[in-house]
Amino acid sequence: MSRLLEQAPQVLAAGVDLFAEAIEAQGTTVQRVEWRPPMTGCEADLARVMSDRRRVGANLEALQRIVSTDAELIDVLPAGEVLGLAGNDFLHAGPPIGWDRASGPLRGALLGAAALEGLVAEPKDAEALFASGTGYTLEPCHHHGAVGPMAGVISASMWVFVVADPATGRRTYCTLNEGLGKVLRYGAYGPEVLSRLRWMSDVLAPLLQTAVRARGPVDLRAILAQMVQMGDEAHNRNRAGTLMLLRELLPAMVESGAPSSQVAEAVRFVSANDHFFLNLAMPACKLTLDSARGIAGSTIVVAMARNGTDFGIQTAGTGDEWFTGPAQLAEGLFLGSYGPEDANPDIGDSAITETAGLGGFAMAAAPAIVRFVGGQVSDALNASRRMYEITIGEHPMYAIPILDFRGTPTGIDVTKVVRTQILPQINTGMAGKQAGVGQVGAGLVTPPAEVFPKALAALAHLVR
Amino acid sequence: MSVERVSVRRGLYQDSVTLMQLSRDVGASTGVTAALVAMATDLNLDVLTAMGFQVPADLDSANELLIAIRADSAAAADLGLARADELLAAPRRTPAAGAGSAPQPRTIGSLVRTSGSGLALISVPGQHAFTEAMDALESDCDVLIFSDNVSVQQEIDLKEVAAERGRLVMGPDCGTAVVGGIGLGFAHTLDAGPVGLVAASGTGAQQVLCLLDAAGVGITAALGVGGRDLSEAVAGRSSIAAIRMLDDDPATELILVVSKPPADAIGRQLRELAGQLRTPVQFALLGPGEPDLTAATEQALARLGRGVPSWPSWIADGRPARAGGALRGLFCGGTLCDEAMLIASAELGAVYSNTPLRSDWTLDESLRADGHYMIDFGDDALTRGRPHPMIDPSLRTRYLQAALDDARSAVILLDVVLGHGAHSDPVAELLPLVENSAVPVVVSVIGARRDPQSLNESASRLHRAGASAFTSNAAAARHALALIRKADA
Repeated sequence: MSRLLEQAPQVLAAGVDLFAEAIEAQGTTVQRVEWRPPMTGCEADLARVMSDRRRVGANLEALQRIVSTDAELIDVLPAGEVLGLAGNDFLHAGPPIGWDRASGPLRGALLGAAALEGLVAEPKDAEALFASGTGYTLEPCHHHGAVGPMAGVISASMWVFVVADPATGRRTYCTLNEGLGKVLRYGAYGPEVLSRLRWMSDVLAPLLQTAVRARGPVDLRAILAQMVQMGDEAHNRNRAGTLMLLRELLPAMVESGAPSSQVAEAVRFVSANDHFFLNLAMPACKLTLDSARGIAGSTIVVAMARNGTDFGIQTAGTGDEWFTGPAQLAEGLFLGSYGPEDANPDIGDSAITETAGLGGFAMAAAPAIVRFVGGQVSDALNASRRMYEITIGEHPMYAIPILDFRGTPTGIDVTKVVRTQILPQINTGMAGKQAGVGQVGAGLVTPPAEVFPKALAALAHLVR
Repeated sequence: MSVERVSVRRGLYQDSVTLMQLSRDVGASTGVTAALVAMATDLNLDVLTAMGFQVPADLDSANELLIAIRADSAAAADLGLARADELLAAPRRTPAAGAGSAPQPRTIGSLVRTSGSGLALISVPGQHAFTEAMDALESDCDVLIFSDNVSVQQEIDLKEVAAERGRLVMGPDCGTAVVGGIGLGFAHTLDAGPVGLVAASGTGAQQVLCLLDAAGVGITAALGVGGRDLSEAVAGRSSIAAIRMLDDDPATELILVVSKPPADAIGRQLRELAGQLRTPVQFALLGPGEPDLTAATEQALARLGRGVPSWPSWIADGRPARAGGALRGLFCGGTLCDEAMLIASAELGAVYSNTPLRSDWTLDESLRADGHYMIDFGDDALTRGRPHPMIDPSLRTRYLQAALDDARSAVILLDVVLGHGAHSDPVAELLPLVENSAVPVVVSVIGARRDPQSLNESASRLHRAGASAFTSNAAAARHALALIRKADA
């Protein structure tokens, strides 16, 4: 019950300063909101969604599921076997897209994957196949319980991590990380790219499979919780996470019976690739977010993903529908002589980390990342603080030391994004826009603003 | 020759009150003859066109800010433009967040997460008020919605959620409230005392509170519920909640409900509720055949066993009313306008208005008529896109000049509302007009003894300028009628 008459209330004010000033003139402190109008043209949809009596409960349920779902690495298996992919089935990052609208890096990765699967002798030869539109399938990773960084291409002979929720047995999947520079996920498909992928399938993945099976499930959220306290945000910085994974698997790798040269080669590869853990952070995030799908009335975002052309989001309350807009160019630092004109628009499923309260949302835990845009440490702190404005809760496991161990901002609420006009902050790598180039830089990016009003309109339409 | 500059700024948002002040400052720059600094809403674009400016072609959203300046030289126009930019760039009251401090919260929900819940005061533009208010309720706040232009269905939705969560929604369009000794909205500094007020009418409540203050009687709280609360549709949801809260409050000895007459079913329900409470409830329902607010206040004082003072007045003995003319009332307070119309129409018959007592007494858009008329400048239709006349009385002043120039005006009736939130000196703008008036000007001055503008000073200045001033709005209306009676006798 209201205690309005029992004690002088704390006054909170949104709107014209005049009334707050009139109260302050009476010697009472007023806490003010820096209110500004919502995104243009959204008033009616906002009011409709705000009037939905299911929303508060639905969002709390979504948040509860997201933060309480466990994620364990339980196996490493060939994608063909575990995802049922034939040699001419390909998965890609982001919302659905065909070859005709595919960006350079996605095309490059597909060409490389076609050669890897033996459909063509040379990657270039696959262009005709893909352009023909027949004789292959191309579907989003997200539609198969999987996620892929950058181009996100998964084909049958690639191996994937299998991540599971022990309570329900639900699973998600992600390929093994190839490292930086000229790699398939950035659209490179040269001979060294393909021979690395073959080595990963022939040596690295089977060795990891043996190790995981011998050791037993690896609790990925425990690693995520620790790495956030060690300077990683689990998207552009996974250094501590990668080393902690190695710590978990190394004894079993050594004891696997594989030749020591192979073990050494595998360990050298993983420990030299600071991003190796990204491909475990991503399926772990997807697993927890998928638990919130299909909650009627919930306005929480359960996926943000890009295919290099479109940026798409999905919400808990709108089923499998994607709300898309043009992918943006990241701002950041470039490798070597590359510049902004070489970069492809935003690409990859890795924004699933931000969706789950990591990546850009945990920026305050990883101040090193702000140097990608020439920022200062205070920018990193404020980036995370700003994200609390658009999320409904804080992650109880992922605590940011410098913010007094406040949990990372978790559960992006479409209504809050539209109201505040604050867009989710995403940390990302940049692919070259020409197929075959590979990585050109890394930086910060946001979704196109229009995807949130689109999602809001769909949510408003579903209010009874 | 005249030079015009129209310029668009993106990514800047300021509320309309701030921009009105800013327009005035820029307009006062040397050589500037007209200035408008405003958000590019449809309404403001109309204003821009009406001022003779061209609407810029490159506008693409109402969230852009317009600066339009007309000056007598190019240099003066540029200086005016520079002045506008300088004022827009001036630091706001809240300091910018440094490295160590968090960014300012953007929503009530976000503020509550760091500061805890409380009483949320919502004064954002009406089309956004529902969203902010719902957020506040969901964050376990009581809510006062000053904004108007909130739909009935939204009001019902908010009040239903409030009932489920055990919270109170004051408003929408709640002009005044006093809680914990703090005046909210248009409010007065009042003593603590035995009366708990529930008010569906802002200025009506202010009249009652100020009369109680003049009688030396204080209050526990004044809870506004919004003008539509006692309608059939809203069904007294907030009034019932407020009455119950006051009944639970041990310091409240008398509950006074100030409202227009409620819908029949709701009136019955309230009386039934009143019969079940520990605390006596008195209704001050302003309507035909009901006592006026002053009489209702006197009844309340009697019920508390307190004496009724003679209500302060400052009566001018000068000008007679113009024989054969009509009464013209120009009000900032809606309930004050209603009360004056009820009193006047009982004697004069038809009183035309933008908020008429009967639909066949409706004023057309010119807001003028040959016969008796009274205008409520605080009505929704006249406040869309501009501040309430209690904050910025310039629109009323314009119409006052027109009424003074009108040879058919017999007597002018005005209100002046003092207190927190109101204009810092509302009398000043009236004085030159009162001084030059050919007909009597009668003013009800609604203020409490400790209001920042000084009740006594405000009334005395009006009196010295030749007006009659009353602390009772009903007494002011009756005085105006007496002047007309005398002139026409």
